[in-house]
Amino acid sequence: MVTGNVKIRNDLSEARLGISSKLGYGLLYAVLIVVAALQLFPLVWLLFFSLKNNQEVFNLPPLSLPMNPRWENYEKVWSAGNIDVYFFNSVWITVAATAITVILGSLVTYAVTRMKWKGSSLVLGLFMVAMMIPVHSTLIPLFSLFNKVGLTDHPLSLILAYVAFNMPITIMILLGFYYALPREVEEAAIIDGCSVNRMFFQIVFPMTSSVLATTAIINMIYNWNEFIFVNTFISSDAYKTLTVGVQNFIGQYTTDWGAIGATLMISILPILITFLFLSNRIVEGIAAGSVKG
Amino acid sequence: MDKVLSNKKIIALYVLPSLLLILAIVYIPIVLTAYYGLNEWNGIGAMTFVGLDNYLALFKDTTFWNSAWHSLLLAVFSGISLVLYLIVAMVLAARIKGANLFRKIYLIPMLLSSVAIAQLWLKIYHPTNGVLNSVLESLGFANPPAWLAESSLVLFALFIPILWQYAGFYILIYYAALKNIPASLEEAAKIDGANALQIAWKIKLPLVMEVIKVTIVLAVVGSLKYFDLIFVMTDGGPNGASEVMASYMYHEAFRAYDFGYGSAIGFFLLVICLAVTWVIRKLTASKDTIQYS
Repeated sequence: MVTGNVKIRNDLSEARLGISSKLGYGLLYAVLIVVAALQLFPLVWLLFFSLKNNQEVFNLPPLSLPMNPRWENYEKVWSAGNIDVYFFNSVWITVAATAITVILGSLVTYAVTRMKWKGSSLVLGLFMVAMMIPVHSTLIPLFSLFNKVGLTDHPLSLILAYVAFNMPITIMILLGFYYALPREVEEAAIIDGCSVNRMFFQIVFPMTSSVLATTAIINMIYNWNEFIFVNTFISSDAYKTLTVGVQNFIGQYTTDWGAIGATLMISILPILITFLFLSNRIVEGIAAGSVKG
Repeated sequence: MDKVLSNKKIIALYVLPSLLLILAIVYIPIVLTAYYGLNEWNGIGAMTFVGLDNYLALFKDTTFWNSAWHSLLLAVFSGISLVLYLIVAMVLAARIKGANLFRKIYLIPMLLSSVAIAQLWLKIYHPTNGVLNSVLESLGFANPPAWLAESSLVLFALFIPILWQYAGFYILIYYAALKNIPASLEEAAKIDGANALQIAWKIKLPLVMEVIKVTIVLAVVGSLKYFDLIFVMTDGGPNGASEVMASYMYHEAFRAYDFGYGSAIGFFLLVICLAVTWVIRKLTASKDTIQYS
């Protein structure tokens, strides 16, 4: 009886507000579309000028389509600008650091959530507090420590730093998943005499594949984009990754807009392509790892 | 079962690699930063213990206080921009068709490296051929400014790409929080005759307050340690007008080879970040938590 009354009143008010609410929705859409345009516009402009030569960039309107796209800009920077070397360094360092972080992080998370030992909450606390420490405050000592052990200008310095600084966020994302994971299978396995190692590697680790994918993608994005460590620790071109390589390359070719555009496009394309295919997972990972500063 | 799960050897095997790594790469360096700050050191030769000289000099160093002021301004800008992000998220959460697509588009800049973003915006701000000044000129503004070369404009100019880069991130977080609010609450308020603004202000805002507090900490602390984009775009210039704490630290250590003083700045940065996190958490702590399930 009561609900019936309410419903009628609601229908009435909606009918009365029909036109103005449609107008309201139009306005909301307009806001959202303007924001989307602002977010995309710089990138579209970048794509366009990466396919033009200087004359076309300077004389044609900014958003004019590149009528005869100059793909040679890409060819030129790929080989002549060392961009190929930087690109492959970025790929293998990103992949190596991500794989190590995800595996080590899983081991810690398993030990913290499943195994019984004194100090487990203290250890977890150490990992979580590390999230609040600014990278910059560790930069000078890290540089001198790596220098002492001969790791400056060595890719291992980057991998160690990436693994350590991404470990807390990785564990944090994994924790929620591990806590929610049902324990019945593991209990049965233990009763059957399964060892902890086998249980972790053959039962638990495979069960976490979806959250592993999420953490791996987040790790990859952070590692791919990292700048200050490469810039500080690495001095020879052979070990530089794209962020620093791009920075150096552009420093030398400040006047060739097409070449600069092509370099930037090459450095962001892997991320854009990944996003195209895995956007849901990336959104999920960013939301889950949002506490990282 | 407990016996299997408290096997000390296995726990050590699972936890120690990560624990040692994070101690070596994160915790030992912050202790060393504090210690280096007590020395005069060029990074290579012998250290000379000078007590609190570096820290005392820091308090009298106007360049440092200027850089701290710039960091603070960026933090204030970031705090204010959260309001914009929250408004967009509220629009997005208003039963908009295609909301998922919009929030993905918004997120794209956040996934790109700060170096690529900085290089792209250098081109956007280019005094003669950049898209911003081209558009301004075609709209009839003669002699638009060289945005990054004017001391009075440079911080605002630098903040626009920051606003652009992080928009999708905060909108994503707010959107997720707003979507968590049960639809029944909004319907009940509508039935009681509340309009959209009242619902946003009186119902939605209080319910996402916890998330807002977290984002304030993220935005403020993130701004205090902001580095990459400024380092690439202006390198602290012109004449120190965009020097921030992290870039000042970097310049003192790796350009002026004053590792002791740089470390003192790095330690101060750490203390400020931790203190600000603590203060904001205290200030925004609420005694009663809201339940809405």
